[in-house]
Parts: sequence; structure tokens; C-alpha cells
Amino acid sequence: MSGIIQVKNVSKSYWRDSIETSVLHDISLDIKEGEFTALMGPSGSGKTTLLNLISGIDKPSKGEIIINGADISKLSESALAKWRSTNIGFVFQFYNLIPVLTAFENVELPILLTKLSKAERKQHVETALNIVGLNDRMDHYPKQLSGGQEQRVAIARAIVTDPVILVADEPTGDLDKHSADEILLLMERLNKEFNKTIVMVTHDPHAASKAHVIRHLEKGDLIQETV
Amino acid sequence: MKILKLIFKNTLRHKLRTVLTIFGISIAVIAFGILRTVVTAWYSSVSAASANRLIVRQSVSFIFPLPYSYLEKITQVPGVKDVTFANWFGGTYIDKNNFFARLAVNADNYFDVYKEFVVPKDQLETFKKERNSCVIGSDIAKKYNIKLGDVMTLDGDIYPGRWEFVVRGIYQPKFKSTDAMQMFFHWSYLDETMKKEMPGRAGDVGWYVVLINDPLQSASISDQIDALFKNSSAETKTETEAAFQQGFIQSSSAIITSMNFISFVIIGIIMLVLGNTMIMSARERTREYAVLKTLGFSGKHLAGIILGESLLISILGGGVGLLFTYPIIKGFSQFIPKGIFPVFEIEPITVVLACSSAIIIGIVASLFPIQRALSTKIVDGIRFTG
Ligand SMILES: Nc1ncnc2c1ncn2[C@@H]1O[C@H](COP(=O)(O)OP(=O)(O)OP(=O)(O)O)[C@@H](O)[C@H]1O
Ligand SMILES: [Mg+2]
Repeated sequence: MSGIIQVKNVSKSYWRDSIETSVLHDISLDIKEGEFTALMGPSGSGKTTLLNLISGIDKPSKGEIIINGADISKLSESALAKWRSTNIGFVFQFYNLIPVLTAFENVELPILLTKLSKAERKQHVETALNIVGLNDRMDHYPKQLSGGQEQRVAIARAIVTDPVILVADEPTGDLDKHSADEILLLMERLNKEFNKTIVMVTHDPHAASKAHVIRHLEKGDLIQETV
Repeated sequence: MKILKLIFKNTLRHKLRTVLTIFGISIAVIAFGILRTVVTAWYSSVSAASANRLIVRQSVSFIFPLPYSYLEKITQVPGVKDVTFANWFGGTYIDKNNFFARLAVNADNYFDVYKEFVVPKDQLETFKKERNSCVIGSDIAKKYNIKLGDVMTLDGDIYPGRWEFVVRGIYQPKFKSTDAMQMFFHWSYLDETMKKEMPGRAGDVGWYVVLINDPLQSASISDQIDALFKNSSAETKTETEAAFQQGFIQSSSAIITSMNFISFVIIGIIMLVLGNTMIMSARERTREYAVLKTLGFSGKHLAGIILGESLLISILGGGVGLLFTYPIIKGFSQFIPKGIFPVFEIEPITVVLACSSAIIIGIVASLFPIQRALSTKIVDGIRFTG
């Protein structure tokens, strides 16, 4: 059975002042539903680039990316935006919460544009915040939260739409060990309890050890698979 | 709209910056309002000085009449707004020492052309309906203790006989400089009498008074009118009524034109002030906009968020500015002598201009930030760090 995420012969280059920089070379990758994958590799090896392609916020120069049976590299910009909002949950290294919105409002953002009623939205947001253990911080603004708490709000925002896939780019990169462990525990729980397929970029071997599969990128090439 | 909350919160993000921007816009709106008010006051004072009235008389002398038939031809000259006419009646009231102007005028529109003679509306209506009635200046009424409904008897000389007129209107002078010692009655009443008694003098008009739209065109309109009757038995001579000179109008008009221009430069300045604020905000929020796009917000939503904030600020600024313009103009008008600007108040058109400018500025100032937010690719936006 083929995986929920299929990366087929994907290459990616960036153009800067008519100079082509090749970042990913002919990468193929298969991730099964419910799998927790860690992407490792030195800085500049193309981890973020690969993650962006899988999550549909960037497009490959060559190759196909098939998610849940659909080739997202063929979708238009607006179709892709819609697709992202229902299929992918994003967790960034620097949380990227909107500073003028409360934790509640930040988590509400992705479902603000859906047909859900206000009451339904409230229920969804509370459930998501409950999962990350921040019910008591709903009305706090990001600057009133610790880094770990901010990241948990960001995770709540990522899961509020109940997406099948979660992508996380160094989610613990900016946190102390204790907060990092909390986040990793949460990721494991989301994977096990809620069956989320997770792709997580990390530099930290300890973080990677929570994953089922570890893949290494080196200068744009996928080199080995550790199970 | 659900994004309204985000718009409000964005607007309040840098409270000081927002307040300063609103403050800047209001000051500009106040300056705009004052300039526009001066400009409109100038135009209304020009019309009070009757630089926009031309007198058409017989070219040889004032005492020779013009035919009534000229009325229609003069009316058709381009730039002419209204035409009325009058005859000098002369005559004596009680005794020879009582001198004041007595004119037989076209009752239908004489007071439309001479707006400085302010006749109460109901009195004017009655005057127009009654053929042997008259309107007198408030100074005459005071001097001879005449009330509405009294009869004034004149002894005619140019138009012989005893003439009786019922006083149906008393006009008030609009300006200090307005003459309140004049008497007006129906030209048609005079003409009917002439038809019966001296048919040769029927249809005689003393002079025409031409109201024009633009004082600067007085010379060319005068020439056109005089050209109409060239080589006829009664050639005309047309000139501006007031002692106002063409040169004076033109030189002050240059100042007014530049004020007019400056008032629109101010709109440009407001646009830059707000544009600057919006560009700064958009730059700071590059990453946030990329995050919103990542979460599925479309270009339309982002444009709405940015435009909403821009409009909110510009409309608040415009509103506050207008609010303050009223008392300021009021204060100003107390220090400006009535002789210079008889009317010094905010015209509705000024308010309309200020409001529509605020809206247009709000839209224009958001265009660049919107373009920037939409064209930034998500991956570049997320990587953006100041
Ligand atoms: N938007 C872009 N425009 C141009 N070059 C880019 C862009 N994004 C990434 N690159 C380049 O592609 C290469 C890989 O970048 P990428 O961000 O994927 O690396 P990474 O493995 O995530 O590194 P790090 O561990 O430091 O986050 C780098 O050389 C980078 O300069
Ligand atoms: Mg990276």
C-alpha cells in the first residue's frame, strides 16, 4: 500500500539574480498514514524546503507530490490555500502567533473562514486548547505566555481543523529542555491517540528518537533511513 | 465580517503611531477645510461685489432706451446666467428734497439678480402678484415711517402723472455696503400705462442687467453682447457694474487659484502620511500575513484586512478633522471683517470633498501594502525577519 505522502522524483531550485541554486535533487519519499517521521540534516541541507513542498506552501521545480491520492503540485494557488486549510496543520519554530490576538483567537483563526457557527467554533477551539493543556490561558496574549506555552497554542491552532497531517519545523528549536520535552510528548500523543501523520524537522537527536522513522538530508539528497 | 476584530486589533497595535497618524490626517483636513472655506468665501464675495453683473446700456447715452426685444438675444449669450432690466423713473416723493432712486424693474427676477436686497419670501411673492405694488429699502421705511400696506404717491416727470404704489415689501441690505434707500416697482405696470398714454414709448427698457457665471469672462461676454447689436439703431455698451477692476479680480484670483491648488496638495500629503503608516505596518507584518496565508486566508481576506485598517484610520482622521474645522472656522469668522468676506462658513461641498477624499485616501494608501502582501510568497514571508 502506498503512503499518504508520496514525494516522487522531486527537485527544487531557487532563482536569485538569474543564478540557479539547486536545493533538492531528485528526491523520492513515501510516508504512511499514522507515521511519525523526523527529518534531520545539517543546516542548509533542504529540510525546510522539503517540508514546505509536502505541506503545499511551495511548489517543486520537478516531480510530483501526492498527498492522500491528490497531486498537489498541479493545484492552483487558491485551490492549494483551501486544500492546506483542511489537510495540513502547521507548527513553526518561532510559533508565529498573531501578537494582537488572544490564545483563543489565534486558535480560532483557521476555522474563522469555515461555515462553523460561533458556538461550534468555540467548542472546537476549547477542545484543541484542552488537548494541549491550556484551557486556563485562553484569554492570554502571546506575550503573556512562556515559549513552551506559545508553542502549545500554535499546536492547538494546527490541530483545530483536525487535519490528517501535521508538519513541524524545529518545533523545539527555540525551547529549553523541559518545554521541549512537553512539546515532544504532545507530538507523540497526537500521533498515537489522534492518529496524526507527523513530519517533523529537527536538529535534536533526542527529539528525533520519538519518531518511528528518521530520514537524513545531506546537501539536497536523501541519504539514509533509520527505523 | 469575522475579520473585523482583527482589523480593530491591528489598528490599535501601535496606539501612538495610529493616534499620530489620525492626528496628522485631522490637521491636514482642518487645513483643507480652512483653505476651501476661504476659496468659497472669496467667490461669494466676488458675487457680492457684483463683478459678475454687467450693465448693458445704449452706446450713446444712458438716457436713450433700449428695445425690450434685446432681452431674449442677451439671454442666449453663452456664460449668461440671468438677465433683468430697469428704467429710471425719476419723479418726486412729497417734495423735491426727498431724493432716492426709484426704478421700474422686471419684478420676476430683479431680486434674483440683486441678491443683496433681501426681501422676505412671502413679501416678494405678494409683490410679484400685485401689478401696482412696490418694494422699498429699510432706510426709506425708517425715514418716512412707512409700513407694509401703505400707499406711496409719486409725481412723475419723465413719466408724467400721479403714480400710486402699495408697499408690499421692505428689503434689508445684505451687506454694510448695500444701499437701503431704493424703491422698486413693476416695469410692466409702467409699460402698460405707456401703451395707453404714450404708445411711442412702450417697450422701452432703460438698461439691462446681466448676471454671468464667471467674473473673469466679463470682458468677452461684454464684447459678444455688443457685437449682437452692432449696426442696429440702438447699439449697446456693456461693462461690469462694479467699480471692481478686471485687473484686481485677476490678481486676487491668482492667489485663490494657488490656495485651491494647495488644498489639493494637502490631500496628497495626507495620502503620504497614511501610506507611510500602512507601508510600515505591512512590512512589520510580513511574517504574519504569510502565516495567515499558510492557514488558508486568501488574497481577498488579506486585502480586506489591510484596506479595512487603512479606511478606519483615514475615516477617523477625516471625521475628527471635520469636527474641529467647524469651531475653528467659527472663531476665524469673528476676526474677519464682514466687508472682506460677507459669507465665511463651511460649504456642504467642502464637507463632501473632505469625506470623499478621506475614503479615496484610505483606498489608495492601502494599495501598495496590499500588493506587497499578496505578491510575497509564503516561504519568503515566513523567512522574513524585519
Ligand atoms: N526562498 C528561498 N530563496 C532562495 N534560497 C532559498 C530559499 N529558501 C531556502 N533557500 C536556500 O536553500 C537551501 C536550503 O534551505 P532550507 O531552509 O531548506 O535548509 P534547512 O535544511 O531547513 O536549514 P536549517 O537547518 O538552517 O533550517 C539553503 O541554501 C537556502 O539558502
Ligand atoms: Mg530549516
